[in-house]
Amino acid sequence: MKVMIEPTLRLEDENGPIERELLLRGIQLKYGYDFTHYAQNSMRRRIDAIMRELKLKSALDVLSLILHNRKLFDDVLPQLTIGVSEMFRDPAFFRAIRENVVPVLKTFPRVTIWCAGCSTGEEVFSLAILLHEEGLLDRATIFATDINPSALRAAREGIYPADEMKENTRNYLASGGRSVFNTYYTADYGFAKMDKSLLKNVVFSEHNLATDGVFAECQLILCRNVLIYFDPILQNRALDLFMGSIHPSGFLGLGSKESLKFTTHANDFDVVDERWKLYQRRRTHA
Amino acid sequence: MPEVIVVGASAGGVVALREFLKALPLYFRPPIVIVQHLPKGPRLDLELIYGRRLNSRYLEAEDKMRLREGDIVMAAPDYHLAFEKDGHLSLSQDAPVYFSRPSIDILFESAAIAFGSSVAAVLMSGASQDGANGLLCVHRAGGLTIVQDPHEAQNPTMPKSALALFQPDFVGTVCEIADFLVQRRDIRSRDFVAGAHP
Repeated sequence: MKVMIEPTLRLEDENGPIERELLLRGIQLKYGYDFTHYAQNSMRRRIDAIMRELKLKSALDVLSLILHNRKLFDDVLPQLTIGVSEMFRDPAFFRAIRENVVPVLKTFPRVTIWCAGCSTGEEVFSLAILLHEEGLLDRATIFATDINPSALRAAREGIYPADEMKENTRNYLASGGRSVFNTYYTADYGFAKMDKSLLKNVVFSEHNLATDGVFAECQLILCRNVLIYFDPILQNRALDLFMGSIHPSGFLGLGSKESLKFTTHANDFDVVDERWKLYQRRRTHA
Repeated sequence: MPEVIVVGASAGGVVALREFLKALPLYFRPPIVIVQHLPKGPRLDLELIYGRRLNSRYLEAEDKMRLREGDIVMAAPDYHLAFEKDGHLSLSQDAPVYFSRPSIDILFESAAIAFGSSVAAVLMSGASQDGANGLLCVHRAGGLTIVQDPHEAQNPTMPKSALALFQPDFVGTVCEIADFLVQRRDIRSRDFVAGAHP
């Protein structure tokens, strides 16, 4: 099949996919980041955006530049990985955590939670606030991991544009928040700085779901709106990792449009909340 | 024979889609994937809005979903919807296109890449220019391109911006579009029976 596609901004010939694959392979060989099993449609648009920004005509041109320029690669990396986030995103998901997961977590003397693909930290703060209000924060350890070091730096800082706080407050209230949201940050000069004590039991770390391994046994794993950027092979690899990291009665939370239905792990979990994609590891009677 | 129908609609599109789906006979069952721009909000009762269809099921798009005959899949608000090359659906939250997420252009373009000449794309009422470029992609890949008659569309901007770009295979009212699709399917099916279809 011969396809000549003119997308919104450029003409794609049959070399386009080859050049993108070479770019991703080059990044893997040089810098160790493996994007070769990311979902192709979105990756293509991200690479197109990088090409436009650098005023380059092909993915090969991008490769030849970043091979010799670590600094440029560091600038490009966030564009390959960063997703959007807000606090208490999908409030009903956090309500479901409060109602279905917290009572189980309370039965453990120590609680380990993994926030995989935490990006710039919005989800980590949401989770920490929730645990604080449920009296669980002091006995919890939250591993917050992401592939992207600059996102992790931003997460550690916990500083966000003040105008995002309106939406965050709305979400917080809808999620069943029990306090007043603005007690969790101080606002100044158009920015909101989150209360640092929320991070006292948070361990930030670089971790790559495509290449790294198991590091803890967790009662709860959150990985929301990360798997949508993976192809089926990488998605299943990430889920293998979660299977190896989850406590026998642990919970897994995915993004609201992600589903275990289309994976090799559909039978390893029971559905706790179908709409909000909250799962619990199925008990095996071996 | 179109294996897949993709439809894009925006302002004024709900009425058009409802009429369109009503006009399609029940035996017409290629999967239909729809981007209808809607505000972010609570989940909608799709059967209530678009009308119940025996023999079909309405689904909200989920990542890595595979299509089956009779499926009518609606893009989820706030996520782009695309086909991957092996035919499954993928969602993303990349930047909006023409201020829209989901974007009709992204769905159409991805369908052109994944299905080539086996896709039919329909662009309906809307107040933006989303979809015109995507429709052109479908055209270039050999797929069937269809635009709602701007005179019928509540909001003619979207159909008009496609027509300003190129001449699609068919322009008509939503009922005529339904007829056209069914006929195309019948013609190709007969070809298939006669062995003329590759």
